[in-house]
Amino acid sequence: MARLTEIRWHARGGQGAKTAATFLAEAAIEDGKYSQGFPDYGPERMGAPMRGFTRISDQPIRLHCAIENPDVVIVLDDTLLDSVNVCEGLPESGVLIINTKKEAAAIRSKLDWTGKKLFLVNASEIALEEMGRPIPNTPMLGALAKVSQTLSLEVLLKDIEKKFSKKFKKQIVEANLRAIKRAYEEVKPA
Amino acid sequence: MARKSVSMTKLALTGNEAVAEAFRQVNPDVAAVYPITPQTELMHKFSEYVYDGKVETELIAVESEHSAMSAAVGAAAGGVRAITATSANGLALMWEVLYIASGLRLPIVMAVVNRALSGPLNIHCDHSDAMGARDSGWIQIYSENSQEAYDNALQAFRIAEHSGVLLPTMITMDGFIISHTTEVLEILDDAAAREFVGEYKPMYTLLNPEQPVTMGPLDLQDYYFEHKRQQVEGMYNAPAVIEQVAQEYAALTGRKYGFIEAYRMEDAETAVVVMGSAAGTTKDVVDTLRERGIKVGMVKLRVFRPFPHEQLAEALSHLKSVAVLDRCISFGAQGGPVYMETRSAMYGKEIPIYSYIYGLGGRDLIPSLVESAYNDLFEGTPDPKMRYLGLRE
Repeated sequence: MARLTEIRWHARGGQGAKTAATFLAEAAIEDGKYSQGFPDYGPERMGAPMRGFTRISDQPIRLHCAIENPDVVIVLDDTLLDSVNVCEGLPESGVLIINTKKEAAAIRSKLDWTGKKLFLVNASEIALEEMGRPIPNTPMLGALAKVSQTLSLEVLLKDIEKKFSKKFKKQIVEANLRAIKRAYEEVKPA
Repeated sequence: MARKSVSMTKLALTGNEAVAEAFRQVNPDVAAVYPITPQTELMHKFSEYVYDGKVETELIAVESEHSAMSAAVGAAAGGVRAITATSANGLALMWEVLYIASGLRLPIVMAVVNRALSGPLNIHCDHSDAMGARDSGWIQIYSENSQEAYDNALQAFRIAEHSGVLLPTMITMDGFIISHTTEVLEILDDAAAREFVGEYKPMYTLLNPEQPVTMGPLDLQDYYFEHKRQQVEGMYNAPAVIEQVAQEYAALTGRKYGFIEAYRMEDAETAVVVMGSAAGTTKDVVDTLRERGIKVGMVKLRVFRPFPHEQLAEALSHLKSVAVLDRCISFGAQGGPVYMETRSAMYGKEIPIYSYIYGLGGRDLIPSLVESAYNDLFEGTPDPKMRYLGLRE
C-alpha cells in the first residue's frame, strides 16, 4: 500500500465510530504504518449523525482536514441512509460497507452511488449475540479486514486483544474477537 | 537530518496526549488545572499521571482559569516550575494574569489548545484565543502536528527559564484538528527528555531568605517604564535562545526546528504564509501544484512571539506575490494578525501581499481552498481587500 488510504465512518453518537476510527489508526501504527484517526466533533449528542475518519499510509501524513474523497466508507447505522449522503465523494471504484439486516436491493435503492464494491453485514446482530450489546464498531473492523487490504485479520485480532486486555475482562475481550471473526466471515457483497 | 543520539519510542497519541506525555517527562513541581474543551483531555491525562504517582507534581484543581494562572504565578514566584493549559475563553479569562506572569518574569509554560472565542458559542479551532494574548509578553510557539506539539513543549521550558529570557511561554496546537487526532509520533526516553530540559534553578524566589526579593509591588511613574523595557530585552534575547535550544534538540532527536519552516521555497514564484495544522495541508497542495509545473512554496511560522521578521522577509524576498492565511480575524484591520506582521516585516519591498482569513470556528481547510489562494496569486490580481477561504457570502 504505497498510496494513502482514506476511510470515512458514518454513525450515530454512541455507536463507537470515534473509537473504531481511532482504534484502526492505532492498529495501523502498531503495524508500522503512518496513520491518523479522528472524529468530526459536532454537538456530540447520543444518536446524532456523526463522522469519523482514518487515514493510513506508508508515508508521513501531512493533511489535517476531513476526508472528502474516501476510498472506503463504513456505515454503522442504516437509518442514516435516509438523512445523510454517506456516498458523498466516494468514487465508483470505492468500497462501501454497511451494517444492516436489510436486503441488497433495499439498500441499493437508497444510495446515490452505483459502485460495485458494496458489502453488507449485520454487525448489530453479531454484536448483540456475541457481546450482549448492539455496538457494531468492532465487528465492522472485521468486515473491513475482509473486503479491503487496509489491515489483515491477524493484525486486527492481535491488536484488539492487546488493547482491550488492558481495559476489559477476558470475556469481553473474547466476545469482541468472536464478533470480529464472525463479521469477517459473514460480510457479503451486494 | 542530524543523527539521532538517543533512543525514541513511536507512539499513537492525540496532540493532547502528546503534550501530557511531555509534561509527564518534565515532571513539573506545580500544575494548576481547570478543564475547558478541547484542552480538557490534556490535563485529564496529566492528572492520571499525578494520581498514579508517575510524577511528583502538586496538582492544584482551581475554580477558574483566572485562578489557574494566578496559582501558576504564585508557584513560579515561589521558585518552582509551574505549568498549566487552556483554550479559548479560558485563556481570555486569564488575560490580566498573563500580563502579571510576564511582568514578574515568571517562566511558566502553558499549552494552549487553540479554539474560537464565543460568541456565538463555538468549541472548534481558530487562533483568536492566542492572538488575543499577542501583546501579553508571552513567547508563542505554534505546532503543525502532535509531534511538534510534543517537541515544542519540551523546548519551551528551556526557552522560558533561560536567564536572559525569563518569559512565560505558550505552546499551541490546533483544537480538535491536532488535540483530538490520533497520529504517530516519536517520544524521547524519559531520562533523555529530563536531561534535555534540566533541573530548574530559579534566579529569584520569594522563598529564599538569603536573597530577599519583592515581586509585583507598586511600580508607578518611577520604574514601570524601565521594567517594561526589560521585558522587551527578554524578547530580544529570546531568538538566540530559541535557536540554541532547537539546535540541541536536533542533535538529540534529528528533528530540526527554526523560527520558520520554508517548504519548496528556493525557486518559488509565489508562496503562502501559514501557521499550525494548515501548514501540513498546504505542503500537500504545494506538491500537487509543483507536479503541474507551478512554482509555489510555503512558509510556516513556528514562532509568532518574538516575531521572526528578518527570517520571514528573507524567505519571501524573491517572490512575485504572497498570500498570508490567518485563522483569526482582527475586526477593522487590513487583515489578520499574521498578515499585518508579514506586511510590516516586508516593508520597503515591492511585493504584493494578500490577506486570507480561513477556518474560523473550525471551518475545515481542505486542499482545494488552499489551492484557490495560490490560483489567485497566479491568475490575476487578487482584490486588495481581505479575502476569505471556505466562506459562504
